[in-house]
Amino acid sequence: MKVRAQIGMVLNLDKCIGCHTCSVTCKNVWTSRDGVEYAWFNNVETKPGIGYPKDWENQNRWKGGWTRTKSGKLHPKQGSKWRILANIFGNPNMPEIDDFYEPFDFDYDHLKSAPEMEAFPTARPRSRITGERMEKIEWGPNWEEILGGEFEKRSKDYNFEGVQKEMYGEYENTFMMYLPRLCEHCLNPACVASCPSGAIYKRDEDGVVLIDQEKCRGWRMCVSGCPYKKIYYNWESGKSEKCTFCYPRIESGLPTVCSETCVGRIRYLGVMLYDADKIEQAAAVEGEKELYDAQLGVFLDPNDPEVIKAARADGVPEAWIESARNSPIWKMAMDWKIAFPLHPEYRTLPMVWYIPPLSPIQNAAEAGKINVNNNMPDVQSLRIPVRYLANMLTAGDEAPVVTALERMLALRGYMRSKTVDGVINHEIAEQVGLTPLQIEDMHKIMSLADYEDRFVVPTTHREMAEDAYDLRGGCGFTDGNGCSSGSSNKKLFGSRKFVMPQEAAE
Amino acid sequence: MHEFLFGTYPYIATAVMIVGSIARYERDPYTWKSSSSQMLARKQLIMGSVLFHIGILAIFGGHLVGLLTPLALWDALGVSHSFKQMIAIVLGGVAGISTLVGGGMLAHRRMFNPRVKARSSFADTGIILLLLAQVILGLMTIIVSLGHLDGHEMTKFMAWAQGVATFDGAAASHIVDVNILFKLHIFLGLTILLVFPFTRLVHMLSAPVRFLWRPGYQIVRTRREK
Repeated sequence: MKVRAQIGMVLNLDKCIGCHTCSVTCKNVWTSRDGVEYAWFNNVETKPGIGYPKDWENQNRWKGGWTRTKSGKLHPKQGSKWRILANIFGNPNMPEIDDFYEPFDFDYDHLKSAPEMEAFPTARPRSRITGERMEKIEWGPNWEEILGGEFEKRSKDYNFEGVQKEMYGEYENTFMMYLPRLCEHCLNPACVASCPSGAIYKRDEDGVVLIDQEKCRGWRMCVSGCPYKKIYYNWESGKSEKCTFCYPRIESGLPTVCSETCVGRIRYLGVMLYDADKIEQAAAVEGEKELYDAQLGVFLDPNDPEVIKAARADGVPEAWIESARNSPIWKMAMDWKIAFPLHPEYRTLPMVWYIPPLSPIQNAAEAGKINVNNNMPDVQSLRIPVRYLANMLTAGDEAPVVTALERMLALRGYMRSKTVDGVINHEIAEQVGLTPLQIEDMHKIMSLADYEDRFVVPTTHREMAEDAYDLRGGCGFTDGNGCSSGSSNKKLFGSRKFVMPQEAAE
Repeated sequence: MHEFLFGTYPYIATAVMIVGSIARYERDPYTWKSSSSQMLARKQLIMGSVLFHIGILAIFGGHLVGLLTPLALWDALGVSHSFKQMIAIVLGGVAGISTLVGGGMLAHRRMFNPRVKARSSFADTGIILLLLAQVILGLMTIIVSLGHLDGHEMTKFMAWAQGVATFDGAAASHIVDVNILFKLHIFLGLTILLVFPFTRLVHMLSAPVRFLWRPGYQIVRTRREK
């Protein structure tokens, strides 16, 4: 057993209102620079839809994630090391800027500087790449927002696999949900494996996956390697960039910007202990439907004395073990089994998990044509097809998703009877395999969602991760360029005289 | 002038290349990159880049082996001069045409694709044109070489290159009487070495062959002893 700790995230899709505050605050902090205007480390997609970049979930096309060979070994789907190097001169699996969208800005100035004209002045779009006028914007961030575009095009969504999708194009049967996406900070990251320079790495102390900007040479294999398409090539700097999990904040015990600013309070952060020795085996189990269970098997119970002993021996700080015991992630993923990994079939063992959303009950059900059991409707009559959610979260295995949805319905039923009728309904709890105590804990964490219940983030012991002596006199956090700004308009050796602070004050 | 261009200039160019590359790598590793523009425009890139790179790697290897292997070794191996020259002409010709076609596609894309053009620096456009000119000159020397297939002319260049490499003061004297095309080709080649550290060419020093024997796939950064 090799005990390691990682800060995981859970997103409660049942509460996502699709406001994009996470995306916007993330963009303002991290990607408001040249070359990454098109990049959204966090974006919110409306599902069903082909997403961003287009068709990202279709790995037959993009070759992201891992492939299991007949002998039970894993290699990146885009090829083993030889194949990756052979593609280095031209990567056939890499999306182009148009698959994301051509970044644009508007001629705002024209609104105030236009002369007197017959027509009202407008702010017309201009490409941020070429600076030329764009006559028509063909695709942009969030193009499919709230079911934008024809169903015909959106129905190319990979999660419709095995679903009779035609009927969901009809007005009466249509459904939608939001899917906020960010880097999954996988336990078995395909981007790290694909990087020929070895510039991408997973941090031992908190599991964050980062790109060393000074080691990245722009071979761009990570872009195609990542099945979630969450690595972005900065076409200005020629380096790849990705979600940093706001590591400077995480290190100080603060939630990531997307989590902090989430209006719907859908995001949870907490420590998960896992057995690093089991990763390889778990990622390589044969059946795709077994992958969800296999990943559950990698996590270690922070209340188990054996695990605590091993964690201490492996140098996991005491505060982290303590936080793991209070981790909302552990409760949602392991205790209540209501959170699931996004596309486990990519074999990356992602660490950003999702609680599937409940949805309105279809007309037929409301007309009394379906079974209502103990005030709990059959989840199969929910508007979002279970199979659709299962394709997204459990590689198509419907049973765990059904259980999760039932438990969330039970939470509502239980609390309704408690607060409205004043009755503790044991039956409804037992029906879904939970105790009343568990349901009330679920209510506290998921419905009330207090700040300190959502974010259980211990501060990082930097002294255990790097030698502070090397950092002395360093430049702190910059855009990845160390002390250099990359521009040479400064004097080579500098001539500014050092001024003592008290002298400056005089 | 001849003495300067072929006796002194090689040392200036090589020194600038080495010192400049070290300085850039040390001072600003953030700028050390392949500068791929595939993201902006895939069209023409895959075919052009593959043809160009395979061709130029073959040419690079050919020049290195062909020029710097001592003549005595070839003689000992029983390779006649005229045979060696024929090999150089055929392989160099094929690789040269591959580079020319691929490089032509890349240069065209760089100058006429609006996105790539807008995001190209002077060095980006300059170096592809420089390399293209060099390949054309190189292919033109083949026509000259076809006039004397005995391989004697070729040995002059080997003597020059090996003379430069061994700090022989008389190196330049070996190529006093060669065709002007060869001289231009050598001069341009040395100039490419001179500008090397100031262009994207530095990415060749980071060719990621280490990837092949990097243990496993995953990388974890830690302070703990493994």
